[in-house]
Amino acid sequence: MDILRLKIRAAILLPVLLSLYLPAAQAQKPAPAQTQVKNSCLDCHSILPDELGVTEEKFSHDIHAQKGLTCVSCHGGDANNDDAEKSMSRAAGFKGKIDRKQIPQLCANCHSDPAYMRQYNPSLRTDQLSQYKTSVHGKRLAAGDTKVAVCVDCHSVHDLRPPSDPQSKVHPSNVATTCSRCHADASYMSSYKIPTNQFAGYSKSVHHNALAVRGDLSAPTCTTCHGNHAASPPGVANVANVCSTCHVFQAQLFGSSPHQEAFNAAGLPGCVTCHSNHEIVHPNDEFIGTGDKSICTQCHTDGDAGFVAASSIKQQLDQLAAAISSADQILGRAERSGMEVSQPQLELSQAKDALTKARVTIHSFKPALLEADIKVGMATASKDYEAGKKAMEERNYRRVGLGFSLIAILMVLAGLRMYIRRIEEKDNDENPSVVHP
Amino acid sequence: MAMFSSLRNWVDERFGWNELIAPLRKKTVPRHKLSYWYFLGGITLFLFIIQVLTGILLLLYYRPGATEAFESVQYIMTQVQFGWLVRSIHSWSANLMIFTAFAHMFSVLFLKAYRKPRELTWLTGMVLLFLVLGFGFSGYLLPWNTLAFFATKVGTEITGQVPLVGKPLMVFLRGGEDVTGATLTRFFGFHVAVLPGLATLLIGVHLLLVQRFGISVPPRLQAEWMAKPANQREMKFFPNFLLRELMAWYVALGVLGALAAIIPWDLGVKADPFVSAPAGIKPEWYFLFMFQTLKLIPSKVAGIDGEVLGILGFGVIALLWLLIPFFERDHASRTRQWITGIAVFALAYITGMTIYGHFAP
Repeated sequence: MDILRLKIRAAILLPVLLSLYLPAAQAQKPAPAQTQVKNSCLDCHSILPDELGVTEEKFSHDIHAQKGLTCVSCHGGDANNDDAEKSMSRAAGFKGKIDRKQIPQLCANCHSDPAYMRQYNPSLRTDQLSQYKTSVHGKRLAAGDTKVAVCVDCHSVHDLRPPSDPQSKVHPSNVATTCSRCHADASYMSSYKIPTNQFAGYSKSVHHNALAVRGDLSAPTCTTCHGNHAASPPGVANVANVCSTCHVFQAQLFGSSPHQEAFNAAGLPGCVTCHSNHEIVHPNDEFIGTGDKSICTQCHTDGDAGFVAASSIKQQLDQLAAAISSADQILGRAERSGMEVSQPQLELSQAKDALTKARVTIHSFKPALLEADIKVGMATASKDYEAGKKAMEERNYRRVGLGFSLIAILMVLAGLRMYIRRIEEKDNDENPSVVHP
Repeated sequence: MAMFSSLRNWVDERFGWNELIAPLRKKTVPRHKLSYWYFLGGITLFLFIIQVLTGILLLLYYRPGATEAFESVQYIMTQVQFGWLVRSIHSWSANLMIFTAFAHMFSVLFLKAYRKPRELTWLTGMVLLFLVLGFGFSGYLLPWNTLAFFATKVGTEITGQVPLVGKPLMVFLRGGEDVTGATLTRFFGFHVAVLPGLATLLIGVHLLLVQRFGISVPPRLQAEWMAKPANQREMKFFPNFLLRELMAWYVALGVLGALAAIIPWDLGVKADPFVSAPAGIKPEWYFLFMFQTLKLIPSKVAGIDGEVLGILGFGVIALLWLLIPFFERDHASRTRQWITGIAVFALAYITGMTIYGHFAP
């Protein structure tokens, strides 16, 4: 009988208990719709000091708030209840401040669930946590180092904006500054014994110039080379792969160059040995050759094959650059003189393209290959120089022609003046009534 | 000389040449310290003739059309023998013609040459001035370069602001809603057929009227000469005045040649309708005073659109300017003082606004 009574009680209580349990389980993953009537958390937290303060205005910029999620979605509790004791009670599922170690997992509750994320953004990746775990940050966090970056350090918290928002900390134009907050702080990074000059170097780089000055959002920033969620320094063997994602031709040419094998043998990373890693300044022709600023002479010495090749490459580049400059100057002078030289000026851009191509071909470190590009450029530059010279000759011819024409006009004017004077003197003599003073 | 005489005799026997030019031989031109202003009309005519001749030469190679116009002008300037000279002279003489036409109009105002019986001479002259501006506006687009394209866009947009007829007029001028190849073909038609036809007809009437009424003497000088006929000075129209006019034409030719050779007219960059307008786009200098005025008018004046108000204002001023000779009825001397005052103000305003418009950002 007791067993029967127990069974009956269980039959009645189990659905009740289950119904109590289920909402608590769902609270792990916030409901998409705005089921919450109010958000009483902000009533107090909007007037609390910094550490605990979150204003309604600040939270309104958060992408989660915009999608209908509230404080409860991450911190738990009951925002419908005005009583702080009850709303922030354990019974209401309140978690309080999230422990740094728990943050990646908390975010992943939603962001690693494709079915859940699909309702907001079907194209959004859901592998951030698994990637993060492979990063230096993730590994160190797992080992108990809570100083490393977790989701909120890069993405911000309570005013977390989507990466496409220019004010987002992970918008391409802000990524380097976001990373630098830790990586440029020498005292914060002291325990890791890694350099803190990356941001200073990057700020002088051609990549930074493209991104920050020219506003080219496709230009590389920290995450482009290091990855974002799986951020880690690329190994020596992988540097060339990283650079080649954009600099395809340079990488192909370098791969077939004699340097590839030599660098591998010396354990030197492909691109950064000559171009540096973060402070990648705009390359110029002085990098190559045997001059004071040459990078080649750091390894090659006078007389070796590389030294001779470097000298030859530099000579060819200088020759084409000088030819382009001469053509440019004479065409500029002709243009300033009002001559129509837009066609040769347009063609000169082909010579400039050939020089650019030659500068790419340098990565083969084969003077013979370079020669083909130089020849094309030289032919165009010479043709354009001749066009400029011809335009200047034409200008001079016009001015000489003008001089003769003006002399002729002046002579006609003088002749006319003399003729008028003569006929008027004659008129005065014949007919004094028509006065010609 | 003998050959010339026999040719003249031959013409005279058949057409009565001596009889035909007899009035010209008798015709005289007043001679005083302001006589030089009389040459401006003739110089404008000379520049018009230059326009017609160089225009015909350009027509041999110019191809109207959005895909060919720029290239054809480029070809004229670089490949055709003396093409650069013809094109530069055409462009420079167009600008000089507009300048001398304005100068002629103001000299007529200041010398009071518009007064009775020369009202129709003034009217035809004013219509010719408007036609000359029309030549400038339509011809500016023909090389189909960036500046011309966007200046035409702005210019026709301003036309579109005229109440009631503005929009249809703009569509008519453009040959559609936007400035396209159709606008270029249309402007080409106006520039080489409609406007030259009208201008030639009006120049004929204008010259006929000048010949009929003779050259005006400023009122003050006329009164002085009437009081003291002995002070009156004049010269024969033929050949004395005509030879002097010929000298003025030669000077104009020299200036034109020098400008064309030293500062050849720029071709610019081919128009691309899909790029945004260059910053600070401005019309040609002769429209600059109107453009700058429209820019300075507030967007709303007493509830009326500022630009519409400005355009209507210029329209009314142009109409009143056209009718200037008809305001002189009673109190002629007082009216003339008023007209002189207004002319001085207009000249200062046009000059000032043009300079301001040139340097304004």
